[in-house]
Amino acid sequence: MSDEYNQKNTPLETQSSETTSGSSGSTTDIDYVRPAEVPEQDLYHGHSFITKWVFCQDAKVIGIQYFLTAVFTGIVGLILSWLMRLQLGFPELVPFITAEHYYQFVTMHGMIMVVYFLTALFLGGFGNYLIPLMVGARDMVFPYVNMVSFWMFFIAVCVLMASFFVPGGPTGAGWTLYPPQAILPGSPGSGIGIILMLVSLSLFVIGFTMGGLNYLITILQARTRGMTLMRMPLTIWGIFTATALAMLAFPALLVSCIMMTLDKVLETSFFMPAIIQAGEVLDYGGGSPVLFQHLFWFFGHPEVYIVALPAFGIVSDLISVHARKNIFGYRMMVWAIVGIGALSFFVWAHHMYVSGMNPWFGFFFATTTLIIAVPTALKVYNWIITLFKANIRMNTVMLFCLGFIVTFVNGGITGIFLGNVAVDIPLSDTYFVIAHFHMVMGIAPLMVIMGAVYHWFPLVTGRMLSEKLGKWHFWFTFLGAYSIYFPMHYLGFIGVPRRYFEMYDSPYVTSATGLNEFITVAALIVGISQFIFIYNIITSLRMGKPAGKNPWKANSLEWLTSEVPPVHGNFGEKLPVVHRWPYDFNVPGAKEDYITQTTPPSEVINAEVEKT
Amino acid sequence: MSDNTLNNLPDGFKGMSHDMGSDQTAFKGVQWGKTMMWIFLLSDTFIFSCFLISYMKGRASTVVDWPNTSEVFSLHVGDVPVPLLLIAIMTFVLITSSGTMALAVKYGYERNRKMCAWLILATAIGGLTFVGMQAFEWSKLIHEGVRPWENPFGAKQFGSFFFMITGFHGTHVSIGVIFLFIFARKTFRGDFDTGKRGFFTTMKSDYVAIEILGLYWHFVDLVWVFIFAFFYLW
Repeated sequence: MSDEYNQKNTPLETQSSETTSGSSGSTTDIDYVRPAEVPEQDLYHGHSFITKWVFCQDAKVIGIQYFLTAVFTGIVGLILSWLMRLQLGFPELVPFITAEHYYQFVTMHGMIMVVYFLTALFLGGFGNYLIPLMVGARDMVFPYVNMVSFWMFFIAVCVLMASFFVPGGPTGAGWTLYPPQAILPGSPGSGIGIILMLVSLSLFVIGFTMGGLNYLITILQARTRGMTLMRMPLTIWGIFTATALAMLAFPALLVSCIMMTLDKVLETSFFMPAIIQAGEVLDYGGGSPVLFQHLFWFFGHPEVYIVALPAFGIVSDLISVHARKNIFGYRMMVWAIVGIGALSFFVWAHHMYVSGMNPWFGFFFATTTLIIAVPTALKVYNWIITLFKANIRMNTVMLFCLGFIVTFVNGGITGIFLGNVAVDIPLSDTYFVIAHFHMVMGIAPLMVIMGAVYHWFPLVTGRMLSEKLGKWHFWFTFLGAYSIYFPMHYLGFIGVPRRYFEMYDSPYVTSATGLNEFITVAALIVGISQFIFIYNIITSLRMGKPAGKNPWKANSLEWLTSEVPPVHGNFGEKLPVVHRWPYDFNVPGAKEDYITQTTPPSEVINAEVEKT
Repeated sequence: MSDNTLNNLPDGFKGMSHDMGSDQTAFKGVQWGKTMMWIFLLSDTFIFSCFLISYMKGRASTVVDWPNTSEVFSLHVGDVPVPLLLIAIMTFVLITSSGTMALAVKYGYERNRKMCAWLILATAIGGLTFVGMQAFEWSKLIHEGVRPWENPFGAKQFGSFFFMITGFHGTHVSIGVIFLFIFARKTFRGDFDTGKRGFFTTMKSDYVAIEILGLYWHFVDLVWVFIFAFFYLW
C-alpha cells in the first residue's frame, strides 16, 4: 500500500518543508508549501457601532469583551477576599461582616475566581484573541456562535451578580456547593441565592460550549498553509488541550447543577439523604451526597488544568521570546500538556479523601495524582533549561515568568504532600490547602496573565505599557503574594482550620493572631497594588510609547499582521504561509536573532534552523 | 478544495498519522460544521453519561425497592396489560425517523431537492410523534401519582430520574424537530441550491447542513436506545 501511495502522491510527501541549510533542490522547491485546501473564509463585516463593538463577530473584539468582563468579576472577587481577610486578621473590626456574610464572601470569591475570572480570561479572553491570529486564520470558524458565546457568558455573570441583591443574599455553601447543606436553610443564601448560582453556572457551561467548539475547530481545521500541529505556538497547544478538557468536564458540572436545582426547586432527592431539621423530618430521603462530590470533582479537577494548561503554554512562549532562545524540548512540552490533560480525568477523588472511601480507591487516586507530577516536572525543567545560558531580557514580562516558575514550583511541591492520603487527611481542613491551591492555581496563573498582558498589550493597542510601573507592580504582587500564602503553610501545620469565621478563644489564636494580621495587611497591599496595573493600562492606552510592528521581535504570526493592531480579517489580502516553528531565536548563521514563522527557507539558507 | 489531492490520501493508521502531521486541517475534507457537530456530540455524550451513571448510582443505593418497570410502563389494551407496548412503538417510530433522515441526506447530496425535503418533513413528523407519545406517557404516569418528588410504586428516585432524563432527552428531540421543520422549509424553498444566506449567521446555505442535522438526529436516537435499555429493560 505504501508503495502505491508514494508513487501517486509526490506533492503530499514533499509538503514537509525542507528547512535545513543542506537541502538540495532549487529555491522554489525548498519553499514549496501545499496549496490551500479550504476556500477563503466568508466573513461578516459589521458596519454600525452595534455590530462592530457590541454584538461583534470579530474574535479579537470578543476576546477583549471577555477579558474586560472577566476582569470586572475578578475585581469583585478581589474585594470579597479583602473582606474575608479583614475578618480573619482583625475579628469583629467591621461589624458588617457577620458569619453569614463571611461564608457568602468565601463562596462567591471561590466561584468567581475559578470559573468566571480565570477560565473566562484564559479561554474566552486570550483564546479568542490569540487563536485565529496565531494559527493564521481570518477569524474563528463560527463567528456568530462565538458572539453568542460571549453574551451567554455575560448573562451568566449578570445572574451571578444579581444573587448579591436578592433576599437572603448569594449562596454561602462554599465554592464546592456540597449538598445537603447548600440547599438547606442552615446555609446562608440557601433560597434564591443557590438557585441563581446554579442557573448562572449552567448558562456559563452553555456559553462556554459554543466558544469551546469554535476554539477547537479553528485549531483543528482552519490553520493556515504550512501550519502543522507541531509548528503551533505552545500557547495554542495549552488553550487547545484546556478547551478539550472543558468540553468533557463541564458536562459533569452541568448535570450536577441541573440535579441540584431540581433537588432545591422540586424537592427531588438526588443528593439528599433522609434529614431531620430542627426536630422536623424533611421530605427528602434516599439520595447520595457523595454522588454530587463525584460529579463536581469530575469537573473540578480538570478545571484546575483548564486554568493551568493555557498558563503553561503562554508562559513557554513568553520565556522563549524574552530569553531569545528556543523553548527546550518543544515536543516534550506538547506531549506533557496533552498527558497532563488526559491524566487530569483520573485523579478527581483526591479531593474527597476526607469524605471517606475504600482504602484501595484512595490508593488508586493517590497514585494517579502523583503520576501527574512527572509531566509537570518535565515542563518546569524545560522552562529552566530554556533560561539556562539564554540571552535573558530582564523586563516586566520576564519577571512575571520567573515569578510564575517560583510560585508554581512551590504550589506543585505542596501538591505532592496533599496527593498522599495519609498526609492529606490531617492537612485537608487547614490553611495548608488554602496555601497550596492559591499558590498553584491562583498566583501562578495570575503571574502568567500579568506577563501576557504586558507582552500582548502592544499588539492589542499599538502602545507599550510603562516598564517602570510594571516593575513596581511585579514586585508588589510577587513579594506581597508570597507574604500572604507562605505563612499559611505554617498556619496549616499548626492546625489552624480553614473555613472558620473566627477562632474565638481556641489555642490557635495566640500563635496565629500575629500572622493573621500580617497576612491581612499583605493582602490589602497586594490588592491595592493591582490598581497600579489598571492605572498603567489606562494611561498607556493614550500616552504609552507607540509600539510599532513586532516590538519584542517575536516569531509567531500574531505579530506579522498587515496592520498593528490587527483589523478584522487579521492578515490583509493574503494569509501568511508558515515555514517553521515559532522558536527560531539566535539561530547560528542567521542575520538577525530571530526568524519569523513566515520566513521562507531560501531567505535563511545558511542558518542552521531546527527541522520542524 | 482540490479533490485531486484529497482522493490520494493514504488509508488506515498511516493515513491518520499523515493527516495529523499535515498542515491546515487535521480531518481532511471534513467541513467545519461537521467537525463541530462531532465534537459537540462527544461533549453531549458526556452529559448523558453523567445522567445515566447518576441514575445507576441512585438506583443501586436507594433504600426503598425500585418499582417493577414492566408493570409501571405497561399499557392496557382492553383489560390486558401489555408491558412495554407504548415504548416499543415509540422506539420504532424514532428509529424509523433515523432511516428517513439518512435517506434525506442521500437525496440532498444527489441534489434531489423535492425528495430530500419530503424526507426531512417525514423525519420531523416522526420526531413529533415521538414527543407526543412521550407526553402521553408522562401524563399517564402523572395521572397514576408519579411525581419527581414522590412515587407510589416504590423508590421516589424513580420518578426523579425518569422525568429528568427523559425530559432532557425529549428536549433534545424537540430541538431537533424544530430544526427539521426549519430545514424542510429551507429545502422546499431551495435555499441549499441557491446558497441563500442564513438569517442570523449570514453564512451561505449548503447541503452539508442536512448531514450535520442528520448527525444530531442519529445521536438523539442512539441516546434513546441507551435510555430505553436502562429504564425499561433493567
